[in-house]
This record gives sequence, C-alpha cells and structure tokens, in this order.
Amino acid sequence: MIPMLRRILRTGIVSEPPPAPAGEREMAREMSRMSDEILRILGRALTIRAVDAGSCNGCELEIHALNNPCTNLEGYGIKFVASPRHADLLLVTGPVTKNMAHALKVAYDCTSDPKLVVAVGDCGCTGGVFGESYASCGAVENVIPVDVRVPGCPPTPQALLAGILAAVRR
Amino acid sequence: MRFFDEPIEFDKQPGIGSPVWRGHADNGEALQAFAVAVHRTDGRLAALWGSDERLRSGGFRLHCVFGIDAGHAWLSLDLPADRPTYPDLAGIFPAANRMQRATRDLVGIAHEGGDQRPWLRHGAWPEDWFPLRHDAGEGTGFTNAPSDYDFVQVGGEGAHEIPVGPIHAGIIEPGHFRFSVIGERLLRLEQRLGYQHKGVEKLFVGKNIADGARLAGRISGDSTCACAWAYAMAAEAACGVSPPPRALMLRALMLERERVANHLGDLGALGNDAALAFGFSQFMRLKEDWLRLNGKLFGHRFMMDRIVPGGVALDLEAPGLSSIVEQCDGIGREVKELKKIYDEHAGLQDRFATTGAIDAALARELSLSGLAARATGLILDGRAHRTGYTPPPPWAMLGVRPATDERGDVAARAAVRFAETFESLRLLREIAVGLPDGELRAELPPLAGAQGLGAVEGWRGEVVVGLQLDGEGRLARVHPHDPSWQAWPALEHAVMKDIVPDFPLINKSFNLSYSGHDS
Repeated sequence: MIPMLRRILRTGIVSEPPPAPAGEREMAREMSRMSDEILRILGRALTIRAVDAGSCNGCELEIHALNNPCTNLEGYGIKFVASPRHADLLLVTGPVTKNMAHALKVAYDCTSDPKLVVAVGDCGCTGGVFGESYASCGAVENVIPVDVRVPGCPPTPQALLAGILAAVRR
Repeated sequence: MRFFDEPIEFDKQPGIGSPVWRGHADNGEALQAFAVAVHRTDGRLAALWGSDERLRSGGFRLHCVFGIDAGHAWLSLDLPADRPTYPDLAGIFPAANRMQRATRDLVGIAHEGGDQRPWLRHGAWPEDWFPLRHDAGEGTGFTNAPSDYDFVQVGGEGAHEIPVGPIHAGIIEPGHFRFSVIGERLLRLEQRLGYQHKGVEKLFVGKNIADGARLAGRISGDSTCACAWAYAMAAEAACGVSPPPRALMLRALMLERERVANHLGDLGALGNDAALAFGFSQFMRLKEDWLRLNGKLFGHRFMMDRIVPGGVALDLEAPGLSSIVEQCDGIGREVKELKKIYDEHAGLQDRFATTGAIDAALARELSLSGLAARATGLILDGRAHRTGYTPPPPWAMLGVRPATDERGDVAARAAVRFAETFESLRLLREIAVGLPDGELRAELPPLAGAQGLGAVEGWRGEVVVGLQLDGEGRLARVHPHDPSWQAWPALEHAVMKDIVPDFPLINKSFNLSYSGHDS
C-alpha cells in the first residue's frame, strides 16, 4: 500500500486543459463553460455509448485515451456507459460493415433522447480507405443520422473531445 | 530442398526477409501428408488462403503456410475450376477450421467434409457469390439479410446460454460470444466473428504496391507497424529488392515502440479489470507520454504509413534518437516500480493467478503464436534465434531475448508483457545508439507475376502477408493474416475452468484483434 500511495503522491495531478490552437487558457474557459452547459441542458453528466461498427481499432485507441488521466474526460462530467439505453450520445467508428449495420441500427433505436450521434474517423465520416463495397456500407450517415463528424486517421483525443462538445452544443 | 522426408521440393524465397521456402503439392494427399509431418514435428499452421488462378492457369489455388523450425514453408495446391475442393485439414490442425471456412466464403474453394458453417459471410451476400473471384463484379446490389448461426448447444439440467455482442459493454470491437453456463460456471464459450469484415482482400486487387501499403496499415490499427512491415516484406520478396540497413533498423524501432505502447495499455487495462484503478491511471499516463513522443518524432501517434514498401517514409535525427533513449530510461524506471506494486498486490495476484490457463501442449495444438504462446513456455519469437532458425535482419544482430513464462494463465501473460516491455526498451536504446547511416528507401520496380511472403513478430504474435502480382505488376491477391486467427480458439479453451465474471479479465489478457481477424 505504501509504495502505491508514494507513487500517487509523486505523480500528482497530470490532467491538463486540452490544447487548442486558439490558446490554452481560452480552451480551458470554454471547457468549464461547456461542463456548465452540459449540466444545464442534460441535467447531469453527458453519457456516451461507443459503438465500433467496423473500424480497424485505431479510433478505439484514441477513444481509450480520452479516459486517461491526461485528458480526464470524466473530469468534465462526461462518461462512457455500457448500454445505449443509458446514453445521450453515440460515438460511432466506421466504416459501418454490412455485418454490423443491423446491430448499429438497433443500438441507435435504443439510445435515449437527445440521441446525439458523433461519427468518428475518416472511415466513420466518409468510409475512408474502405469506402462502400459488398462488405461495407461506408460512412456512418449511410446507416443512421449523424450530428457531428470528427475526421482523422485516427482523430486525436483532443479532436474527439471537441467533436463531442460540438454535438452537445447543437 | 525437402522437409521431413516428404516428396515435395521447396525453393528458398530470395531476399533478406524472414526465411521462407516455397513448394507445390501435386495433390490433396501430398498436402495432407506434409501437414501431418509438420504437426508431428511440433510445427504450426501459420496461414491458409485461396486464390483464383483461372485467368493464369485455369483453376484455383490453395495456399498453406506452415511454421517449421527453419522458418515458413509456403505450400500451394492447384484445384480444378469445376470442382475446387481439397481435404479438410482441421483434423490435423484445428486452427484450419475457421481459415478454411473463410476461404470458402471469399473464394469459393472448399474443404471436403467437416465444419461447413459460413464464417465471414453473415448474409450480406449470397451463398453462391464469391467476392475474390475475378468475375465476381462489385457485388454491391445484394440484400443484406443477417443469418442465424448454428451454435453448438449444451444440454443438461440447469445449463443455459448467455449471448453477448456483437456490441460489447466497453470501448471495444464487435464480436459475438455465446457462453453456455451452469450458474456462474462456464461450460463452453463459442465465438462468432466476422462483424468487422470490410472486404479488405478484395480492395487490394488491382491496386499498385504503394497504395496497397496504406490499406495494409489499416487492417488492425494497434498493429499497423507489424502489418505494414509484413506487407512490405512480401512485396520486397516478390520484387527481389532489399531495403537498406538504416530503413530496417528504423522499422525495428517503430515495431518495438508499437509493442511497448500496446503492452503499457494492456497492463493498465488488466489492473483495471481486476479493480485496481491505480494501475490503469499509471499505465495509461505512461502510454500517453509514449504516444506523444511518437506524434512528435513520427508525425503520427501510431506511426501509420511510416513503414513503406522498399524502406521507411521518414528519418530520425540525433536529437530525436536521444529523446527516445531518455524516454526509455524514464519509463523503464517507472514500469519497474509498477511491476513491484503489481507483483506484491495480493488482490490483483489472486485474480491473475491460475485464471484462464492454457498449457504448452494446447498452444502447440492450436498453432498459437506470440505472447500468449510464450506465456505457456514455448520459445517462439520470429525476432529471436532458436535451434535451426536465424532471424532476418536487423534482428539477428540485435540478439533478442524472448520472454517466456510457463504458467499459461493471466498472471503469465501479464508477466510476459512486463518482460517484453523491458526487453523492447533495451532494444530501442541499442537501435537508437547504433543506427547505421545510409539510404531510407530502395526503389521497388514491380515484377509482373511475382509472389512473396512476409512474416513479422508483432506485439500480439506473428503477422503473415502473402502477396501476388498480376501481369502488369499490380496486386492480384494479398492475404493478410493476423495472429488472432489462432488465438481466438485458444481463448475458448482458456475460459473453461473459470467463472463468467473472470471472462473480461481473461479476454483482456489475450487482447485479440477482431478487425485483423475479420478484415
């Protein structure tokens, strides 16, 4: 136990305001405004259900990074949940494979209002290198309605965070 | 040359890639006899796929790659166009089961008898249409009609099923797990995969070698360096080109950085799945530092598209190399401290020890490779010397020490990850200090009709890529093979002595790729 506590103390708090081209302080102000807004609009934390509808798993690595102590997503009142029924927002990576199209539609139908959808990555936005084929439906919006698109291969955790906040702001 | 006194002549694949011998079986019986001989000598089935050769030779071709002491034996068998079938190999190598079914779904050449359930085809295209046949067309007009799957049923009083997926509870790829249980005790796990099938192999067809590399780097994002290297190695072997020494060293540097990034993430996630959130925070912080330096030095956090056919697409200068050495020292110290905490944490070790155990005999039987195989005590690492095997450059001169552990359980897979992290940090320091001068990339003029095979020891296990060029030097057929093909069935075995709540931990301890398998 003591080595663990020593490690925790020595590490300190590593969470940081997300870097933004407009300047860090401005982004930090924006973040705190956003968490207030999330509370005002939704009445509590924003909950996200991540759905991998066919990605190469590169996007998932960066979605995982949202939960690391540096990005510290939960610090903004945003957290991932296990069921779409508990979720305000679907974070969907693609391309949507033909074999996942049905499951994605069911997950969308089960998602609670406001039922926001963020399409993640070049593949989620356009189909990317995989496009549309006998096995792929391509972009997420070909299967369910999409509110915000976050391109990138994969998008950085900061870009993902900005996309999630843009969806809430709508 | 010949192997195991079998009457099949093999020729060494030219070039400096991993050692491969190519041979051709005259008929199904000869192939079967060779497979039996490989199995008898504790060899593996490394990959299996099919190709449509009707435009070139009038029929179809089955390709089997066997892992043998000396490297890989790539054996092909020609099949007639009107009746393209071959003997079922799953009775010799159980790993053949799903590969054969996928080959039937995609190319329409089938094994005789045995398990004939579809594997990658879930009803998005009809049973008599095969995407990898040259006359298949695009196949975009079919009705997507998801089909049921014939799971093996477990009977008896109190036995019931828990269906999980394709969408899982965490931030994870899709797949379906069917648990048969009594109370909390697991009787059987059966997987249904293929949800991530994106038609990658069809997308390769007709592309030039450079464009194919971009696709190869997106087969399994967490193994982008391993896949890109195996693809490049196959293309280089086909075209008879050797990448320059500096490029090979830089590839090794990227592959080891990929290995460390994944091991750090998995060690954190293993702590998390055993309710030690401290471990998750600490390792994810280290992983983030690691990825940020990747972003700074390579312009991409996962180094996608930096390994290219012929060499590498970027160079590192002295300041970059010294920041790598510095980071290896710092992270090495921290991981050492965290290892001690993990080792001495009774609650954690209680969850890890004896959970999800498989033994070396089973690992061999299932043709398992990579860290899960080494965690049963098998010394199987494409980067390391072993009896009868010399690794390809640059590994031979680096002297990789493979990490093994004989327990075969979650604890062993965690221990191998720790040991491999330390070894990779050592290798990274050596590479950064001794990086040879020279060119970064060799020209790669495509050689019409040529074929090549590449094999790379990725962080998860052995990635194999088989490649054929057409008459114009474009890609006629590329088959990428992720080590998860052999490891998914091992997971089915590993859970059998445990309870349902242990599954997430056991699953994480393997951390297999869905996308790499389904591609």
